[in-house]
Amino acid sequence: MLLPPLLFGVLFVALWQALVRVTGVRAYVLPAPSDIWSSLLATFGLVVTAALTSGTNALVGLVVGGVLGILLAAVATRIPLLGNAISPLVAALAAMPIVALAPIFNTMFSPLSPIPRREVVAISAFVPVFVNVARGLSRLSPVHRELMRSYAASGGAVLRTIRVPGALPYFFTGLRVASSLAVIAAVVSEYFGGLKDGLGSRITSSVGATDYPAAWASVIGAVVLGLLFYLAAVSLERLVLGRLTAPVS
Amino acid sequence: MTEVRSRTTTTPAAVLVRGVTQTFTARRGSVTALQAVDLTVAPGEFVSLIGPSGCGKSTLLRIVADLLQPTSGTVEVGGKSARQARLDQDYGIAFQQAGLLDWRTVRANIELPLELHGVDRARRRARAGELLELVGLADFAGHRPPQLSGGMQQRVAIARALAESPGLLLMDEPFGALDEMTREHMQTELVRISGETGAAVVFVTHSIPEAVFLSHRVVVMSPRPGRIAEVVPVSLGERDESTREAPAFYATITQVREALRGRPVPAVEGLVADLEGGQGGQGGQGGQGGQGALGARGAL
Repeated sequence: MLLPPLLFGVLFVALWQALVRVTGVRAYVLPAPSDIWSSLLATFGLVVTAALTSGTNALVGLVVGGVLGILLAAVATRIPLLGNAISPLVAALAAMPIVALAPIFNTMFSPLSPIPRREVVAISAFVPVFVNVARGLSRLSPVHRELMRSYAASGGAVLRTIRVPGALPYFFTGLRVASSLAVIAAVVSEYFGGLKDGLGSRITSSVGATDYPAAWASVIGAVVLGLLFYLAAVSLERLVLGRLTAPVS
Repeated sequence: MTEVRSRTTTTPAAVLVRGVTQTFTARRGSVTALQAVDLTVAPGEFVSLIGPSGCGKSTLLRIVADLLQPTSGTVEVGGKSARQARLDQDYGIAFQQAGLLDWRTVRANIELPLELHGVDRARRRARAGELLELVGLADFAGHRPPQLSGGMQQRVAIARALAESPGLLLMDEPFGALDEMTREHMQTELVRISGETGAAVVFVTHSIPEAVFLSHRVVVMSPRPGRIAEVVPVSLGERDESTREAPAFYATITQVREALRGRPVPAVEGLVADLEGGQGGQGGQGGQGGQGALGARGAL
């Protein structure tokens, strides 16, 4: 099952290498995979440290944004009037380019702390989690609605017993999207000044020093980081939903 | 089937509907789903509501369940208002879709109403165990709904409806989505269960044989406006495998069919006598003695 993608990957890299060597294209257009690899090996420790820093920012922002998304979605479901009021605001937030927020936050808060970046990540993560959880919580089939009314169940009981468990698949969809967005937001928010301790900063400073293989090496680091976050989200989903659908002896 | 307990002055009717009218107003005008409906269901009695689409049978059931408020008229369940009966959880309800929660085990699904009403874990578990035995699903306690067939899911829904030992069961075409063989099996099970628990049942169905097999009385309804056209008493005695072959069964089905078509019908015994000709009485005909005990209830 893993073989076709692996083969494709190897073929892709080989073609890339061949293309660069054959056409003799300059490094600032497209470096060869072999050059990127040697740069990565040479600075491996630094790339990993930068990845850990960006990763930490992404994780903190993901958790904060995710929790806010869940809470606000729950409120919007319980108080529909409030929910209707919030939706246009969330839509505006979703449309906003986060890159515009990063330099603003750097100026608003201290540029010497990771807080502005974590805020940008939190906003990026909040939107998909809120939208998906709100959708999941608002679903209540007519059968369940009538059943719960026949039980004279309170709104809170309905939320607890039906809406929340039913919204879990929706939450995980939102989480999968949010986890990738969190890494992107963490890395990109480092492009606009502030601390120079993450992958984004490494990319911009490598480009500034015309060391393109080093820039690409950090890009690869960012890709690996994003994949790790995504895989963690998928694994959590399998763990939780698997437990909820497996038979109990 | 168990004898219907004769009505005493101290036991209120399971369901008492008086002059219930239900009008729905839409943009195009109003629809009279029910008009001046009167119905009485005795404790332990099994009553079916049958009729074509739009006759108001599901609407009537929901009014009894206090899921709908009638435009006018009164409803009493076990001597209380429908609303109070709902708040006091005096009835259990089952719909055409089982409405089970996929993330809960079969046992946890049955425990749902008990959980909502604060019954402690040990008693919930014990009660769920009893109900699983009652509906024959003890081996599937730990399964999840997607792993069960339609018939099994409906059995879980029925077990859930019985969780709090209600005196009244309300059922809206619960076997409608099942195939014929499963349906007949479920009918036999339901007769047994309602007999064992002594609950009154109001059962909405589209199927004439189903209504006749299950009920003490079949309430035939007609649409536009929704109303009760006729009530057909059923005297088939104990329901078992042979009931579906008995001449009285077919005779009663014919009676219900004629009532649905709006034609007047002769008494059941007369019809059966005609069909049997010179043959001796058959096992399926005796039992409750024709219209006797049930006829004493009056027209409705």
